[in-house]
Amino acid sequence: MQELAQRFTGSEWTLEDLLAIERICARHAERYGLDTFPNQMEVITSEQMLDCYVSSGLPVNYGHWSFGKHFLIESGKYHSGQNALAYEIVINTNPCIAFLKEDNSLAMQALVIPHACYGHNSFSKGNYLFKQWTQPDAVLDYMLFARNYVADCEERFGLERVERTLDALHALRDQGLDKYKRPRKLDTRKERAEQAKRLSAAQENMRQGEYFSVTPHAAPAASTEAVFPPSPEENLLYFIEKHAPKLEPWQRELARIVRKIAQYFYPQRQTQVMNEGWATFWHHRLINDMYDAGQIDQGILLECLHSHTNVIRQPDYARLNPYALGFAAWNEIKRVCEKPTAEDREFLPDIAGKDWLETFHDIMQNYRDESFLLQFLTPKLVRDFRLMNIQTREGLDHWTVNDTAGEEGFKAIRSQLAAQYRLETVMPEISVVRYGRDTDRKLVLQYQSYAGRRLIEDQTAQTLKQLRQLWGFDVQLEAVDQNGAVLKTY
Amino acid sequence: MASVIVDRRPEKGKSTANRQRVLKRLDSALKAQVDKLIARKKLKEHDSAVEVSVERKDVKEPSFGLDPSTGAVGRVVPGNEHYRVGDKIPRDPAQGQGRGSGSGAGDGESDDEDTFRFALSREEYLSLLFDELELPPLLKKDLLEIDENRFRRGGVVRYGNPGTVCVARTFKASIGRRVAAEAQHEEALEAAEAELNIALADAVPARVRAAELALQEVQQRGADIPFLDPVDLRHRALVEVQAPRTAAVMFCLMDVSSSMDETRKDLAKRFFTLLYLFLSRKYQKVELVFIRHTDQAQEVDEDTFFNGTQAGSTKVVSALVKMHEIIGLRYPASHYNIFGAQASDGDSFGADSTDSSAYLLSQLLPFSRYFVYAEVGDKPENGATSLWSAYSDIEADHFNMASVRTREEVYPALAKLFQREQPA
Repeated sequence: MQELAQRFTGSEWTLEDLLAIERICARHAERYGLDTFPNQMEVITSEQMLDCYVSSGLPVNYGHWSFGKHFLIESGKYHSGQNALAYEIVINTNPCIAFLKEDNSLAMQALVIPHACYGHNSFSKGNYLFKQWTQPDAVLDYMLFARNYVADCEERFGLERVERTLDALHALRDQGLDKYKRPRKLDTRKERAEQAKRLSAAQENMRQGEYFSVTPHAAPAASTEAVFPPSPEENLLYFIEKHAPKLEPWQRELARIVRKIAQYFYPQRQTQVMNEGWATFWHHRLINDMYDAGQIDQGILLECLHSHTNVIRQPDYARLNPYALGFAAWNEIKRVCEKPTAEDREFLPDIAGKDWLETFHDIMQNYRDESFLLQFLTPKLVRDFRLMNIQTREGLDHWTVNDTAGEEGFKAIRSQLAAQYRLETVMPEISVVRYGRDTDRKLVLQYQSYAGRRLIEDQTAQTLKQLRQLWGFDVQLEAVDQNGAVLKTY
Repeated sequence: MASVIVDRRPEKGKSTANRQRVLKRLDSALKAQVDKLIARKKLKEHDSAVEVSVERKDVKEPSFGLDPSTGAVGRVVPGNEHYRVGDKIPRDPAQGQGRGSGSGAGDGESDDEDTFRFALSREEYLSLLFDELELPPLLKKDLLEIDENRFRRGGVVRYGNPGTVCVARTFKASIGRRVAAEAQHEEALEAAEAELNIALADAVPARVRAAELALQEVQQRGADIPFLDPVDLRHRALVEVQAPRTAAVMFCLMDVSSSMDETRKDLAKRFFTLLYLFLSRKYQKVELVFIRHTDQAQEVDEDTFFNGTQAGSTKVVSALVKMHEIIGLRYPASHYNIFGAQASDGDSFGADSTDSSAYLLSQLLPFSRYFVYAEVGDKPENGATSLWSAYSDIEADHFNMASVRTREEVYPALAKLFQREQPA
């Protein structure tokens, strides 16, 4: 191939160069068995990069003021020099869209193409969470549907009503996730047909006054006694969509849209360390392969390594950098496969001495951050990062060092670190426990307090206000401890 | 499917719609800031983009969240150099909140500053500033519909002044004329030569002579065909068309007699600034004329106008006469939208007030699009200054007046001046 004989140098690039680099990467990636969606690289300006930030990389989104707000905040940070912009953003679609910033030098592009187009791309194609929870073939169509639907609603029901509904739904975005149930596949055509069906059925009901019928239903006596829902429902938005007494059909549809989009990002939030580490590992590897094959010159290699080093910098006593941790973790796995020590054999017997590439694919496909760290964190990494486990509790004015890197501390640090990447430790667990369907229509939610942590007071009050507006009747939130005792009622 | 590359750079402005939405939502917060800015900034500074800061609570997006200060918290921290098991580390709210390095995608909402700043474009700024201000209906109609005659190029004509000669078309005409004239000349020449040859053959000396003369004449005529002739001249035609008038001139009239102290001048300046900003939004080009007066009026530059000092008594009418004079000399009412803005403390003596009022009504208002009078400083106990009472008698739709005592009153005063009249 002519392009494989090409040797890149300097810092200027053309679109053809980027395509050629992508082809070169493809050749190298093939040897490692990286299975990817076809790539669609899009060259964008800084401002367009900010657009991407705002909609989490989705190239299409519905209109809402909050996106404008995030744009203002992000662009303010960028223009005042507080924040640099990402060099690339990639989104798990099929084809895989990778946004490359126009002011990247040739070396930067040579770095981000393997990172995004082969690292992240293969991860989102192979990882079980992405496979289960996202539909890369359908998401863009769905977003287009969502955008048009919202615009349509604005026209029919007024900008302000739509905006207020979306405000309230956005407040509950984090509670709109199916964490255990697998969501149905997105299919825009089916979605549209069903939505039409839902709408007309609801309008029919509305006409017959069923929603607000004064005479109570002749419900079976048993169901009035039983608690509804029969088991706690963790997906608040789903519950609202299905059961909110006063919502209009289009508002239910909006609830569905917000929920579907939140769900789409669920796997990403659970695989940050693994995913970034995987992409960083592969860009590092592929860049070196390109250099070895004489496809890039030393200047480009050095510039790449310079940025690579910046990306994996881990400041002391700071928040863990997912790039640094992930990159180190994958490198450790490779080392344990190839040159295991006695210690590795003790702690990671399953992979010590195995074929590294096979092990890599297996891990990439079947784990998420929490389980990944729990299974594959090595004692050496804990020592290299000089990790320590500190603990405090409410009312104390100090942290206590519980464990430091060393033989005794290893397991405690490992489980604490893994727990840090469990979503429940950062997001409150709130579920619907009672709905007075046949009585006062009151909704009772429960917050399962964990380790004595409470909700942020003013935020909770405001969120509940939004929720009450959607629900139309009283909503109560109870904080309960592990034994089910009510600690506080909001 | 093979990989592809797309150049998205030409697709701009994706965020514009959402930006408008958030600005609309922030409307009242932004307006409060803009009101403060107008009091603080200089006229020139209003031209550039304006930075505003917004409190996050104004655009809060609430959600259920865990309070980090509650309960038991464990954390794994990297880079430990000197702590051992059992050591105690003072709890610092900032600790552990350090920003992760790397290319940032993903760790969005960690910053908890109370405000964020962004720049408003000039258009956004002015529309916030003047949102509720509108020219009275009559005036607005005038602004949009009053036409002026303007000349525009339109085709080619034979007559015109030398400045409008169209060289290309003139040469084209010249070529045509010369081709025609030379063809005719050739024929005549041939005929004359033939005549001469016949005469020579016949050998009649008188006829030969005559033929020779005739030939000479024809040759001479050929040489006389001019390269350019007045009939070749073509001129670019100018046709008169009607177009809305877009030029405006704003006269700033200010009393600088000793009774106008710094505070009053300062108020006057704000008043002029605001009016200027408003006009520069409406018109392509706004020229400024500054006239200061004591007992006599002078045209000065902006700097002298606001900062120069001059002592003397007060004669308001002198400034009005000066304005009339300048209109006559430089700003014909047929070409300019004339705006007058007068600031004074209202002190005037004797017949001056009534003279001014009469002069304004008879000589200036007929030419002006609008004339506003701002009385700066405190009102006297008896309620109205002599100038105020005299101006109060003027009845014209395009004349208005307001009293401005404090900085904060400048903006409402102008708002009042330009407010759309309530239907009666």
